[in-house]
Amino acid sequence: MSDIQHSPKTEAADTAEILTGAEIVVRCLVDQGVDVLFGYPGGAVLPIYDALFHEPRLHHVLVRHEQGAAHAAEGYARSTGRPGVVLVTSGPGATNTITGIVDALMDSIPLVVLTGQVPTHLIGSDAFQEADTVGITRTCTKHNILVKRAEDLPRAIHEAFHIATTGRPGPVLVDIPKDVQFARAPYQGPKEVRFAHVYAPRTKADPARIREAVALIAGAERPLFYTGGGIINAGPRASALLREFAALTGAPVTSTLMGLGAFPAADPAWLGLVGMHGMFEANHAMHDCDVMVCLGARFDDRVTGRLDAFSPDSKKIHVDIDPSSINKNVRVDVPILGDAASVLEDLIAVWKAEKRKGSKEKLAGWWKQIETWRARQCLRYRPSDTIIKPQYAIERLYALTKDRDVYITTEVGQHQMWAAQFYRFEEPNRWMTSGGLGTMGYGLPAAVGVQLAHPNSLVIDIAGEASVQMTMQEMSTAVQHDLPIKIFILNNEWMGMVRQWQQLLHGERYSHSYSASLPDFVKLAEAYGGVGLRAETPDELDGLIEEMIDIPKPVIFDCKVEKSENCFPMIPSGKAHNEMILGDVEDIGSVVDEAGKRLV
Amino acid sequence: MSIEPPASAYDMAHDVEIETIATFAVLVDNEPGVLHRVVGLFAARGYNIESLTVAETDRAAHTSRITVVTRGTRHVLAQIEAQLKNMVSTRYVQDVSRDPNGVERELALVKVRGVGAERVEALRLADIFRARVIDTTSESFIFEITGAPSKVDKFTDLMRPLGLVEVSRTGVLSIERGAETL
Ligand SMILES: Cc1cc2nc3c(=O)[nH]c(=O)nc-3n(C[C@H](O)[C@H](O)[C@H](O)COP(=O)(O)OP(=O)(O)OC[C@H]3O[C@@H](n4cnc5c(N)ncnc54)[C@H](O)[C@@H]3O)c2cc1C
Ligand SMILES: Cc1ncc(C[n+]2csc(CCOP(=O)(O)OP(=O)(O)O)c2C)c(N)n1
Repeated sequence: MSDIQHSPKTEAADTAEILTGAEIVVRCLVDQGVDVLFGYPGGAVLPIYDALFHEPRLHHVLVRHEQGAAHAAEGYARSTGRPGVVLVTSGPGATNTITGIVDALMDSIPLVVLTGQVPTHLIGSDAFQEADTVGITRTCTKHNILVKRAEDLPRAIHEAFHIATTGRPGPVLVDIPKDVQFARAPYQGPKEVRFAHVYAPRTKADPARIREAVALIAGAERPLFYTGGGIINAGPRASALLREFAALTGAPVTSTLMGLGAFPAADPAWLGLVGMHGMFEANHAMHDCDVMVCLGARFDDRVTGRLDAFSPDSKKIHVDIDPSSINKNVRVDVPILGDAASVLEDLIAVWKAEKRKGSKEKLAGWWKQIETWRARQCLRYRPSDTIIKPQYAIERLYALTKDRDVYITTEVGQHQMWAAQFYRFEEPNRWMTSGGLGTMGYGLPAAVGVQLAHPNSLVIDIAGEASVQMTMQEMSTAVQHDLPIKIFILNNEWMGMVRQWQQLLHGERYSHSYSASLPDFVKLAEAYGGVGLRAETPDELDGLIEEMIDIPKPVIFDCKVEKSENCFPMIPSGKAHNEMILGDVEDIGSVVDEAGKRLV
Repeated sequence: MSIEPPASAYDMAHDVEIETIATFAVLVDNEPGVLHRVVGLFAARGYNIESLTVAETDRAAHTSRITVVTRGTRHVLAQIEAQLKNMVSTRYVQDVSRDPNGVERELALVKVRGVGAERVEALRLADIFRARVIDTTSESFIFEITGAPSKVDKFTDLMRPLGLVEVSRTGVLSIERGAETL
């Protein structure tokens, strides 16, 4: 290993412990407070796996596919607020993680992904299992680095944790050639290393902007908080401060899909999910408000719908830690760059210092209007005595689990939306879903990660039968590691979300959206060494859910639901918030016009 | 399919706003792949690159300076600036074109083929533009010209009818007047 000869002799080097690169990797993780990592071995990471063999402080979870490792790490991260760690080999190991890395980038999830690489002298030679991992992941990570010398490893890894977890969180990848893992170099701890980059995102907002925002909110007649995943990213304190500030102002609050739980669903000021499948009252309030306070949300197209009709008469305040989020899709009047918790603290302080009042009388008209929207009861669906309605299944799941210490993950599709609508969250970090990328197959491995972080909690993946088959093999991981996750499948035999769009937009031509040859999920569970349950009628549902909760093993729950149910409310493509359709619409095939059909 | 006109004033900017050229000076950590990062950012987000120059400018500080000329609406240019600043490898970003103290220069090598009166005219114009002749044959010149990109454009335009056959340009370099640094 000739690398080490070039190492500059630093002072620290004289006193520091000399370790192999592989030992440095493991030591960095321990010093970062990592307790769990998700991985899969291979030739290019064998030295690191060897070092792991001797390190009892790190719990390595062997997944069944590297995509699962990334999603598990995401679930771990989202449910704890700590970064998730992934370790995989070069080439196919690295490329298999990419979906999870992009998912984490889109949803602002802190991950540190360690990949093995072929030895430095073979890089570029199309060596066995060589892939240009840093090249491939450059645009889908927050940052990445190929470490060519063992002495650079401590800095690279410690800095990766710093970058992943500060500012707008995201995935950071460190690519480590095999010879670097063998080479020896001095170890430096998190406090000793000097970072290679000057990365210090601004967290404290401009006080002038804070005062401007307070004046706007205090003067509003129809204020509305539009809150998102950034509140969750900012930690539980931000959620607490949000509750306090909302109460001070008396304004209603909506949440994005990523922000569920930041504001308690039980609070009367909560209008529910906003956006394409959001609540009637939330979307109408978005459309009609005069001051919109966007906190850690990014004006995603699932939320804004048609941009030229988005909340036309409101002044908009946008609090975000990422300057590129501000004015990206929607122009705002008061941009506030900063961390949501810090900004909320400042807003509250100024509100109190200026003796502002959330006037009941002034907002009375607004609340009255909101109550008329609420009275529309947008989640109503046609119940059935014979067939399990998917909405009913989630309602019952919620009723029977809400008093427990419960975490929910989801796959992607109708079931995800029904979960967001019918499961109610009172706290942050309890809801894990793939929002930005919409990755089918996210929920099961994410549940694995959540269960590891919370071994005694009830962890449920609300799944679709199509999505769950994308990462079903992680059932084996759950069994191996005694993780009693519950996979609650709303089995409608269709790729329901696709079928719904085909019904709405493509003249009921159901092109390739039916899953023929579905496996017997009960037998499948048993084959994996878990337990399978099946519910086919509404009257047996409660008993089976109770049974599922009590089983101390991984369970696949095959809940046979109405096959052709559609997910409402819905803002059809190309429509404005106040043109949303509900479940009682007559002919859904005619709702979307030609221009709307071209949108995504 | 005709799209209806925007219903509110606030989104109109997307379609109506005019595009302008902007020059960003980007000070980055000089590390492997940093140029790819910048180019990849532009490619992934569909921004234009009109020209790009890059070189290490401070070996001790380990920094390179990338000057990128791009085109977009005011809104897109603000996004480009924010996205460039977001890169972990970025130390500083400045929109030089909007800075009254910004100076931009470009170098071009211009080959003109011609004989007789046209050849004489080419030489006369080169003199006016203070372009240097760096190679001569009996039927061609190579001129070297430096100046603001618009001056280089002007010069090549004038050379076109006089037998312009090839142009090689460096892309734009920029710096700020006065004693301040990026
Ligand atoms: C099938 C499907 C349907 C969907 N339908 C809907 C829907 O109806 N409604 C809906 O809302 N979503 C829906 N989504 C999700 C949607 O695609 C987006 O993922 C979601 O709306 C984005 O949530 P967000 O705006 O809270 O932003 P996030 O993606 O959570 O981004 C967080 C924002 O906060 C900022 N931030 C991060 N950390 C901090 C901090 N510490 N302080 C301040 N700011 C910070 C970030 O810079 C970013 O701008 C759907 C997804 C799928 C797959
Ligand atoms: C990896 C991936 N491929 C394709 C899609 C597109 N897609 C979105 S929802 C969906 C159907 C999901 O079906 P299912 O899991 O059964 O859930 P349901 O909608 O029936 O509840 C598909 C194919 C996606 N989101 N992710």
